[in-house]
Amino acid sequence: MIDLQWLIGGEAGYGIMTTGLMMSKIFTRLGLHVFDYVEYPSLIRGGHNAYYVRASDEEVTSQKKTVDILVALNADTIKLHVDELSPNAAVIFDPSVLKLTVEQFPVSVRLFPVPLLELTKKVGADRLMINTVSVGASLALFHKQFDVLQKIMQDTFGKKGDDVVALNNNTSKAGYDYVVENFGPGLLADIPIGSQTRLLIGGAEAIAFGAIRAGLKFAAMYPMTPINTIMTTLVAHALKYNIVVKEPEDEIAGINMALGASFAGARSMVATSGGGFSLMVEGLGLAAQTETPIVVVLGMRPGPATGMPTWSDQGDLRFALHAAQGDFPRIILAPGDMLDAFEGTMTALNLAEKYQLPVIVLVDKHINESHATVESEKLKVISDTFVVERGKILTDQEALAETDYKRYALVEDGISPRSLPGQQGGIGLSGSDEHDEKGLYNEEADMRIKMMDKRYAKLAKAIANNEFPAPRLIGDPDAALTIVAFGSTKFAILDAMRQLKKENISVNFLQVSFLEPFPSQAFTEMIGKTKKTLIVEANKTGQFEGLIRERTGITFEHHLRKYDGRPFYPEEIIEKVKALQV
Amino acid sequence: MPTTLQDLQIDYDKPNWCPGCGDFGIWVSLKNAIVQLDLKPWEVVLVSGIGCSSKLPYWVKTYGFNGLHGRPMPVAEGIRLANNGLTVIVIGGDGDQFAEGGNHWLHAARRNVNLTLLIHDNQVYGLTTGQFSPTTNIGEKNKATPVPVVEAPVNAMQLALSAGATFVARGYSGDNKQETELLVEAIKHKGFSIIDTMQPCVTFNHHNTFAWFYERVYKLEEHGHDMTNKMQAFERAEEWPLRRPLNEGEKEKVATGIFFKEDRPTWEDGTPQIAQTPLVKQSLENIHVNPLLDELM
Ligand SMILES: Cc1ncc(C[n+]2csc(CCOP(=O)(O)OP(=O)(O)O)c2C)c(N)n1
Ligand code: SF4
Ligand SMILES: [Mg+2]
Repeated sequence: MIDLQWLIGGEAGYGIMTTGLMMSKIFTRLGLHVFDYVEYPSLIRGGHNAYYVRASDEEVTSQKKTVDILVALNADTIKLHVDELSPNAAVIFDPSVLKLTVEQFPVSVRLFPVPLLELTKKVGADRLMINTVSVGASLALFHKQFDVLQKIMQDTFGKKGDDVVALNNNTSKAGYDYVVENFGPGLLADIPIGSQTRLLIGGAEAIAFGAIRAGLKFAAMYPMTPINTIMTTLVAHALKYNIVVKEPEDEIAGINMALGASFAGARSMVATSGGGFSLMVEGLGLAAQTETPIVVVLGMRPGPATGMPTWSDQGDLRFALHAAQGDFPRIILAPGDMLDAFEGTMTALNLAEKYQLPVIVLVDKHINESHATVESEKLKVISDTFVVERGKILTDQEALAETDYKRYALVEDGISPRSLPGQQGGIGLSGSDEHDEKGLYNEEADMRIKMMDKRYAKLAKAIANNEFPAPRLIGDPDAALTIVAFGSTKFAILDAMRQLKKENISVNFLQVSFLEPFPSQAFTEMIGKTKKTLIVEANKTGQFEGLIRERTGITFEHHLRKYDGRPFYPEEIIEKVKALQV
Repeated sequence: MPTTLQDLQIDYDKPNWCPGCGDFGIWVSLKNAIVQLDLKPWEVVLVSGIGCSSKLPYWVKTYGFNGLHGRPMPVAEGIRLANNGLTVIVIGGDGDQFAEGGNHWLHAARRNVNLTLLIHDNQVYGLTTGQFSPTTNIGEKNKATPVPVVEAPVNAMQLALSAGATFVARGYSGDNKQETELLVEAIKHKGFSIIDTMQPCVTFNHHNTFAWFYERVYKLEEHGHDMTNKMQAFERAEEWPLRRPLNEGEKEKVATGIFFKEDRPTWEDGTPQIAQTPLVKQSLENIHVNPLLDELM
């Protein structure tokens, strides 16, 4: 069995991110399962960057704690990661930069001194390309042909011209050849090229592609980790798919622009993290009050204030649930992996328009900035079977036939047909004040109650329409232990379950994908069938646990929480499960 | 059929501004301008914030969006990008547009988004019952400050000029004819237009009254102002509001009319996604991402 974790560490600004992604791509092309994870500080130069790529011939969905191949571009990397090395780990380094001996490591390691700097010079590349040499050198340790990398270079740099392709190719080949000539090929493993059915996708990409597929027409996004890649991915395809993506002056403007576009009839979305969401809060309420559809992608990172900008957390759950004054219906969905993110974003865009309310897609840095292999067919099936549903929007004909159009008509299901500006006959006013059916400000007690109830009727209608699937039970239904979680903790949980299964410890996973409206009935029924439960979440105060108690009365005997900004590792979950002696 | 004033009339409510409020004049002028331009009422969107002034869209039979205090501008920008076939007019008070939402229109100006910003400038917060605003005169006594106002007022014309607005004007709600003309020109202008309209608040501003303005306003076009000359516009704008207390015997001069006008490509021009078809008219069917997914293999 192959289960390798490769790690490159070095100073920010040395192309660590590109190199890591390239390594993920190599493993993907070899037909392996891949998960990658990156740690970096909020600095452009100087801080320490670490990119982990895990690859296996069995399914893996998470990073793990041990490193099998370490590329150390500087001394810090050794210092910071020496304890992660597995026995017999390979260490690639430049002997002109680092003096390393096997004695200085706590485990037996194999050292691969590769003159990275000298090799870049030899092929006429900039010294910043030492990372590219190291990719070639790494490849030689587990694969006996260079072709796979050559193809990747062509695909990655083809658009930049033949010169760039050739330079990258030669640079990585220099590393590959050096290792083969001096140490021999495939010393660590001999991974053949398997048949490839999976693609490599990042969470942010999955969200952006989902949005594109679902007919997103307008997005306003102010840059903020961890949503920047959503923005840049949308921008990369904006002209081809005719999507207007604008960078507003701040997040207040962002959500208000998106609401304007949505009010005019364009599918709209914003994305931000906690700080930007703080600025959007009043706008979220405006969406609810004017019944203007909007999707907000909220990428969590550790707060409060600037907190730890480039790390991960699930501490904004309560914030998403309660943001903005007053009672109003909202939908919150929480994808747990790339597939969920792709599908969830499409669902969110439909729900926002069908029920004319704000929908929050709650994700975090760990899902947004990690990449994983996903069966290409699975994504395509989701895409191919998706149907755009826009809800009640009047056609020009229908609007014209209106004699006394009421934007907030008190209809039974609460969903009043929307007219769009430009439509004759549909003239109406959308107001942030409480209003009557026509949208005119109105503070009568009776009307207030009717309008409040109308807004909530939409949510009841969505529930009646079965828009919110029950929590998903993954694994053996009779397992001795059920893990309950939402969001990106799914990665490590599934990984832990697979490993536990090998040790005959049977655990299943109850994944809650819709947090609001909370699926209280289904959840209660499903919990009723479990034997022992463990709730896992990445925040200090147990916000998810509290939410479940609030909505169902269910309490948990065991919980595992983490709030250091790092994602869960499967090892941590395994340890906890074992300690529970199930 | 050409649009008439009757077409803009709503039958289920009427303005509830204080009798004599300057907002009435702006309301009348705006309807006049829509009629003169023969805009179809359903192709006009009035977007407002919160304040006495921001209630205006309730009383004109066009599409309307009454948003948050200070935030109508981004809503309007979103509407323009989604459907550039619409005439979009932003309405807000001096608090709405110079305090809470000051940031937004500076950016709208530099983007040169094709819409009109109509500010009802009564130099006071009307709806919240009379606190000072960013355009209140120095030395004004007010319930929101224990000592007379010390902050220099915002110079809206100079701010707009330096932000890159391509149509910069000051109006006065005591002169409906001029206000209508300004609105007609501003709406016709292809790009960002701002009309800061001096609007007496008869209830909370007992200083800047109709009589006060009547004695001080003059028309730029009658004084040989060259509206293509930005430096000249800057100098004229320097006349008022004053950033110092008034000298003994001094009387302010309040210029009205178009300070500056120029042509520059609009935000919409720079958005090729809407060059052929507005976003709202684009089909959401048959969108395929499989080719994008294949690139990830
Ligand atoms: C976020 C927020 N802060 C404060 C208010 C309260 N508020 C309503 S209107 C207003 C000021 C109104 O002044 P202005 O914009 O000049 O309009 P006017 O009433 O004078 O026409 C304020 C402070 C609010 N609605 N929202
Ligand atoms: S308070 Fe002032 S601005 Fe408001 S309606 Fe009355 S007069 Fe007009
Ligand atoms: Mg005011």
